[in-house]
Order: sequence, then structure tokens, then C-alpha cells
Amino acid sequence: MKIVIINYGAGNIQSIMFAIERLGFKAVLSNNWDEIKAADKVIFPGVGEASSAMKMLFESGLETLIPTLKQPVLGICLGMQLMCNKSEEGNTKGLGIFDVDVIKFTPKVKVPQMGWNQIYNLKSPLFEGINENEYMYLVHSFYAPNCPEAIATTDYEVEYASALQKDNFYGTQFHPEKSGDVGEQILANFLKL
Amino acid sequence: MLTKRIIPCLDIKNGRTVKGVNFVDLRDAGDPVELAKIYSDEGADELVFLDISATEERRKTLVDLVRKVASTINIPFTVGGGISSVEDVEILLQNGADKVSINSSAVKNPQLINDLAQKFGSQCVVVAIDAKQINGQWIVHLVGGKVPTKLNLFDWAKEVEERGAGEILFTSMDNDGTKNGFANEALATLSELVNIPIIASGGAGNIQHFVDAFQKGKADAALAASVFHFKEIEIKTLKTALKNNNIEVRI
Repeated sequence: MKIVIINYGAGNIQSIMFAIERLGFKAVLSNNWDEIKAADKVIFPGVGEASSAMKMLFESGLETLIPTLKQPVLGICLGMQLMCNKSEEGNTKGLGIFDVDVIKFTPKVKVPQMGWNQIYNLKSPLFEGINENEYMYLVHSFYAPNCPEAIATTDYEVEYASALQKDNFYGTQFHPEKSGDVGEQILANFLKL
Repeated sequence: MLTKRIIPCLDIKNGRTVKGVNFVDLRDAGDPVELAKIYSDEGADELVFLDISATEERRKTLVDLVRKVASTINIPFTVGGGISSVEDVEILLQNGADKVSINSSAVKNPQLINDLAQKFGSQCVVVAIDAKQINGQWIVHLVGGKVPTKLNLFDWAKEVEERGAGEILFTSMDNDGTKNGFANEALATLSELVNIPIIASGGAGNIQHFVDAFQKGKADAALAASVFHFKEIEIKTLKTALKNNNIEVRI
């Protein structure tokens, strides 16, 4: 199986590479169109600030490629947020794959949300064998509100979408590569899709 | 609900764990990776590695360690000690660290906080603050509490938040090593003052101290070293006790 992690200069990519290795696979890092198109699975990482990450995507031209991919694609954290319509962070437009706008938590709660929180309302093959209310590791200041494409929700200030799916596109706000054995199982599920 | 976090801290010198570790089941008590794996399996929510080596080789040794830890464990970890530039941070993050903790370098060059937050995001910038009370005032100290600064703890905390820190690791030098509990009053004031998570550090001696840090100190996470290393408190027992006190934890 060929697993490509999209390389556009954003994200803690090494942790994802290591997690995939622990599952017995190998991933390559690439920004090459042909290589990405030919992959069996594509992972779209992202940590940092949305508008500068989007800028890097535009500069590399990858913003036109990603929405056209046909194989399973998993956006993680900021990667998931960039797959939405737009983000309040830096007022940037997104890839428009998920029909939802990313907004910021208010000062009613500590921002960023940092730590382990539960995911529930699980509905996707991504969560095959995963129990409701398992804890996942999250670090984020912006979030996708609950919406029809939500396949998992989490409570922090509001009930929001902690995972999204549309066709072959998946996104998790949490970090499966940093969420213990359960997180690794979710990553393994993605690789089995 | 977002849980409170329990964070064991490992002191590292030249790539090895220092400060007596009392794990009979460890093949190599000085191997930080093996210790990290044990803590992760016992239910630690995160780990902190504090590098206290002072050799010229330190950077390379630390990067090697970060890679080994990141390839072995599947929970987040923070690396601190001697980090003073954007380049220092870049190489640690590239090799799998999730966050870095800066202390003296932030006091000497506060702009570093802004630079790191802008380049890597606030989520990976932990500002560690060591403070102790002098004439009733909480004063920020450097070099493990030896050198006082002119900074007031609360003013400095507010400033680091404004500059883009994602989290504050507050160590009370008055409590550190006493095993008499965390500095809950100062913690609660901090937690009300800033809107980023606060990690309590210094003073853990028993389970009740952790309960108090969360309930009275309103901390978001609690860090400790020796009580875990010497197995005076086991993480599983601690988390069960916290849960029994209606404190949300990941079990």
C-alpha cells in the first residue's frame, strides 16, 4: 500500500510517519501531483495558523489537486479545518470539501482547548470497533460546528464536529497519532478503507 | 468533557534520565525511552523531558532522544531546557516533539514567544515560569530559582499569554521539593487571570495534593517527577482517586 503524506510545509509530520510505521506501514512525504494522485491513501496534516497554511497550499498549487482526489484522504487537525469552506482564523477560504465554516471558541472557555476529550455520535467506518466516548488528544482554538457531515462530536463550549466525512474525504480535529492505542486504531481503520 | 492532565517530568542529562528513578522492573533505569513507555502505558496524559545537560553535544543528543521517544510512544510530549532560538525549536518539532518549553530565554528575549507562536503556532509554545514569594510578592526566578528577576509572576503570565504562549507551566520554588502540596492560591489566581491552560508544578507529595491543585488551584494539568519515579504514587491509582473526587480524567 502506498501512503502519501502531503508535504506543504505545515504540520508535525514526523509523528504521523512514526505512527504509520508502528502500524507496520511506510509513508512517504510528497508534494508531487503524480505521486499524490497515485497513492492508495493520502494524509493531509496541519498544525499552525490557517491563513498561512492556506497560503502555502496556494503557492504549491495543491489547493486545486486535493478536492479532486478519489482515494481515501484524511485531514488531521488544521488539515481538517482547511478542508472546510472557510476559517475565521486569518479569514481564509478553505478547500470547500466539507460544507461548514470554521469559527473560534469564545473566551468563555480556555483557548486553545488542549488535552484529552471524548468523541461520541460516532458514525463512519473510520470508527469501526471504537467505543463511544473514547478520549482523543486535541489542541485547537478554532472548530467546525456540528453539521450534517459530522461523523463524531465533542463537547467544548458547544457540541462541535470533531470528525467529518464526505465521500472519500475524512477529517479529524483530534490527533489520532497522539491519542494512544485508540487513536492508532482509528489510523489503522483509515488505512483499511 | 476535557479532562485534567497528569504529566510526569523526566530530567535528562546527556540523553539519560537523572535524579534517582526507582523502577525495579526497568531494564535500564537511565533509559528515558523505556521510562516514557511505562508512563504512557500506565495512563500518563503527556510527558515532559527537561534537558539539564550543559555539554556542546547536548543538541544532537536531545534530537536523537526526541526521535526515539516520538517513534515509541503515542501520547504528546514536551521538550524543555536550553532552548533559545527559532532554529532550536524547529529541529525538535521536525523530529517529533509536540511542544517545547522555554523559560530563561523567554525572560531574556520575550520576542522569542511571539516568533515561535507565529512560526509554529501557539499550541506548541509552553512558557515555564519559576517563581517564589519575596515579601509577599510572587517574583519570577531564573536558573532553577537561584536568580531573581524584576518580574512579577502575574504580570509576566499575562504578558506571555498576550505574546502567544499556548500554555503556562508554573513551578512554585517555595513548594518544589517540599512534598507539601502545590501553590494552590497562586495557581487559582493565575488560572483566573489568563485564558490559556495552566500546568501546576512543584510540591506534589500525595494524592490529595493533586485533588487540591485541580479543585482549589483550578489547574488544567499537574506535573510531578519524584513521586512518580519512586512509585510513591502510581498514575492509575492517582487517576482513579481523582475520578472518585469528581475530577474528569482519562482512564
